[in-house]
Amino acid sequence: MKIYGVALLSACFLIGKLTGRFLGQVLNINSDIGGVGFAMFLLMVSSLYLRKKGWWAEESESGISFWSAMYIPIIVAMAASLNVKAAMTGGALALLAGLCATVAGLLLVPVISKIGNQSEKNQDGDN
Amino acid sequence: MEIINQIIDKNGLIFAFLLVGGIMLFAKLFSNKITNNRIPDVAIAILFGLGLAFFGEKKGLADIPLFSGLAILGGSMLRDFSVVATAMGADLNKIRQAGLAGVISLFVGVTISFILGVIIALNMGYSDAESLTTIGAGACTYIVGPITGSALGVSSDVIAISVATGVVKTILTTIITPLIAKLIKLDNPHSAVVFGGLIGTTSGVVAGLAATDVKLVPYGALTATFYTGLGCLLCPSIFYLLLKLII
Repeated sequence: MKIYGVALLSACFLIGKLTGRFLGQVLNINSDIGGVGFAMFLLMVSSLYLRKKGWWAEESESGISFWSAMYIPIIVAMAASLNVKAAMTGGALALLAGLCATVAGLLLVPVISKIGNQSEKNQDGDN
Repeated sequence: MEIINQIIDKNGLIFAFLLVGGIMLFAKLFSNKITNNRIPDVAIAILFGLGLAFFGEKKGLADIPLFSGLAILGGSMLRDFSVVATAMGADLNKIRQAGLAGVISLFVGVTISFILGVIIALNMGYSDAESLTTIGAGACTYIVGPITGSALGVSSDVIAISVATGVVKTILTTIITPLIAKLIKLDNPHSAVVFGGLIGTTSGVVAGLAATDVKLVPYGALTATFYTGLGCLLCPSIFYLLLKLII
């Protein structure tokens, strides 16, 4: 049943969000810390476990892949409901600060990617 | 007409499915016929969505009652739900391998964004530590900004600027990422993990990666989701105190 997959996804989602929120509470900030990240880990680990046990049917997975595929349309809807006018009315300061932070982050990607990147060596050597 | 409005009003989310389906189809045709597939259809659809957002205010196009379903479809609940679902296709080993780089990128990302935000605010005439911290926090994400600002008790116009800074970052990330991806070697899970940690705005990261290569989405999303929390942790505390010492 597809619903089993969706139910597993929902369970991971809620437990992840709860963990993130709880972590925020412990650290005394009114925000969710990595809730989605915990949920993603949970989903990966639990589906791996269920597969190993042989309790996982492809049919259940299709319930999850549906939501995974809905992701792009959801992002389009999100883009259409962003406060783009605020980005403009924040004036030069907001534009400049936003631009610098974005560009600096992007340019650092190849620099920090060098850390612990063994994938190329592994593919050449070990495999 | 009255009946049509009533039906759409009651079934906003369903109408949003139809609407986004239409946008995606339009983007597909546009990408195919006009740009000869050079610009991916997802990127066009997202840009088109951003353009439509100009018709509204705070919630973009969703401010218009007819299109209010877009706010549900594109809201944080369904967004996070579908982002978690993408983890199904992710490779746990690749994530483990990128773990250290991911953690480092998170700290570097928050720190660099904060410093740049503060420097620019300083040059634009702000001089008190509270306002500077808030604007620096806004350069992290549009959630870190207001949380930091309200913790430090700054005025609402400064908070508005910090939110605007974060929104600018989200939008620019969405637009620039697919254009610059090759140049910064953003083409594998490892660099996607680092990218998510450095940029941090979940919506920008996932939209930018979706427009670049859909397979990279879960890796970027995984680190980005920790960024806002880390920012909320560091900005109003350590960063604020350090800044106060300097000024």
